[in-house]
Amino acid sequence: MQEEIFISGRHLPKIDPFLEIWHWQISTYLFLGGLSAGILFFAALFYLLGKENDMKATIKTATIIAPLALIIGLGTLFIDLSHKLYFWRLYTTVRITSPMSWGAWVLLLITPLSILWVLSYSTEIFPSLNLKFSWLKNFQSFLIKNRKLMAIALIPLSIILGVYTGILLSAFNARPLWNNAILGPLFLTSGLSTGAASILLFSKSHFERKIMSKIDLALIFIELFLITHMLMGMYAGSQVQLEAMQILVSGDYTVMFFVFVIILGLLIPAVLELTELIGFKVPIIIPSLLVLMGGLIFRIVMINAGQLTRYLY
Amino acid sequence: MRYAMVIDTLKCVGCSDCVVACQTENNVPIGYCRDWITETVDGSYPKVDIELKSERCNHCNNAPCVRCCPTGASHIVEGGIVLVTADECIGCGACIESCPYDARYQHPDGYVDKCTFCHHRIEKGELPACVSVCPTKCMCFGDLDDPNSQVSNLLKERKYKVLAPEAGTSPNIYYLIK
Ligand code: SF4
Ligand code: SF4
Repeated sequence: MQEEIFISGRHLPKIDPFLEIWHWQISTYLFLGGLSAGILFFAALFYLLGKENDMKATIKTATIIAPLALIIGLGTLFIDLSHKLYFWRLYTTVRITSPMSWGAWVLLLITPLSILWVLSYSTEIFPSLNLKFSWLKNFQSFLIKNRKLMAIALIPLSIILGVYTGILLSAFNARPLWNNAILGPLFLTSGLSTGAASILLFSKSHFERKIMSKIDLALIFIELFLITHMLMGMYAGSQVQLEAMQILVSGDYTVMFFVFVIILGLLIPAVLELTELIGFKVPIIIPSLLVLMGGLIFRIVMINAGQLTRYLY
Repeated sequence: MRYAMVIDTLKCVGCSDCVVACQTENNVPIGYCRDWITETVDGSYPKVDIELKSERCNHCNNAPCVRCCPTGASHIVEGGIVLVTADECIGCGACIESCPYDARYQHPDGYVDKCTFCHHRIEKGELPACVSVCPTKCMCFGDLDDPNSQVSNLLKERKYKVLAPEAGTSPNIYYLIK
């Protein structure tokens, strides 16, 4: 049986022959969202563990990235909306069944919270900073008093943000590549790993670097395990999932996926971090930047390849 | 009430009248369409089987596009019709990604648009534009909850299929087959 399908009278812009609805803006947004989730999670966690003096980069300096990344991420998300003037409609309702609605609300909470967190450490992060107005000083001391509360709120919020970047995709059963439940934990792990990598870039203390590279190493292994799991799930799945897997293992995105995500983004940084932990000198900037690059390319691959997969036609 | 469309693939000749009627009735921008014709060719001459059919939004019972819409712009009205309110839509594209039938598109003005089952016409008791113009009368529109409606009877009498039932959407466009 040879079956061929022709469609006439239809060539919808950005839909046919394959979807081009989401672009680099969404990949960037998912990357920055995951990265901020990672940074804020570690900051809050180690703060609550009482490591304020040992983990300066984790709790203080590196957290400046979080609000910046969130704001840039929100910006790229906004650019990708095609009916921009109505974006406020996101905040006139809560849709429990829509991951995007969840994400919008979590971002509304976590972005200001991350700014407040940085503000509470502003005089420590920028020692030359001189808070001119007394109300600013008062506000800062108010924030310092409430750091614990902020940390307690940041933990669940950052986890939801991290998981959401994956669930956003996995909720679409129309795109077989995305439609697997592993994507939530996978994107969370990847986000935490990119968060740890950027903290490493900021850290000057040997003790802190050691802890964060160990964490990052563990996260990389979990990520590799989850990716294997995802591919195995597709391999055992329906026809459309098999076709989706082909795009990653022997199709248009294979090189990008295996070379840039798996080898350069996960395996090599893992080896480098391991050699460093054993005692050899490796400039930490190399594995960190590789992890960050791998995280970004992973999201680009998932967004682009996912839109190639469909049910009909 | 559960509106549905039953389309006879044995009668459809693929003339695209339904496509043009829809574009005219609904002011669909040029280059876009809310319904389209697919031609499935099976085998090769002389042993060939061609199936022609008119496709559109399935007004799914379990509509993923409504589920994933963050603003509620995509919603379900009386009779199970899935509609988009243009001035609640932010153009995030989630619903387009979520539709297994790729039945939605971004209107050049930014909001998302699709087949409405000609809601404005059925409110007045008229048939959807595509159904009313079909020269072979291969399309039938009606209420599935009414056991005596023409759509219900056709589904009782004839063999039928729906598109991508494995996507779990429970679609409401039925195709009569051999
Ligand atoms: S066919 Fe697509 S647009 Fe129409 S209701 Fe089903 S999922 Fe939504
Ligand atoms: S594009 Fe519009 S209708 Fe579609 S999910 Fe987004 S807000 Fe809802």
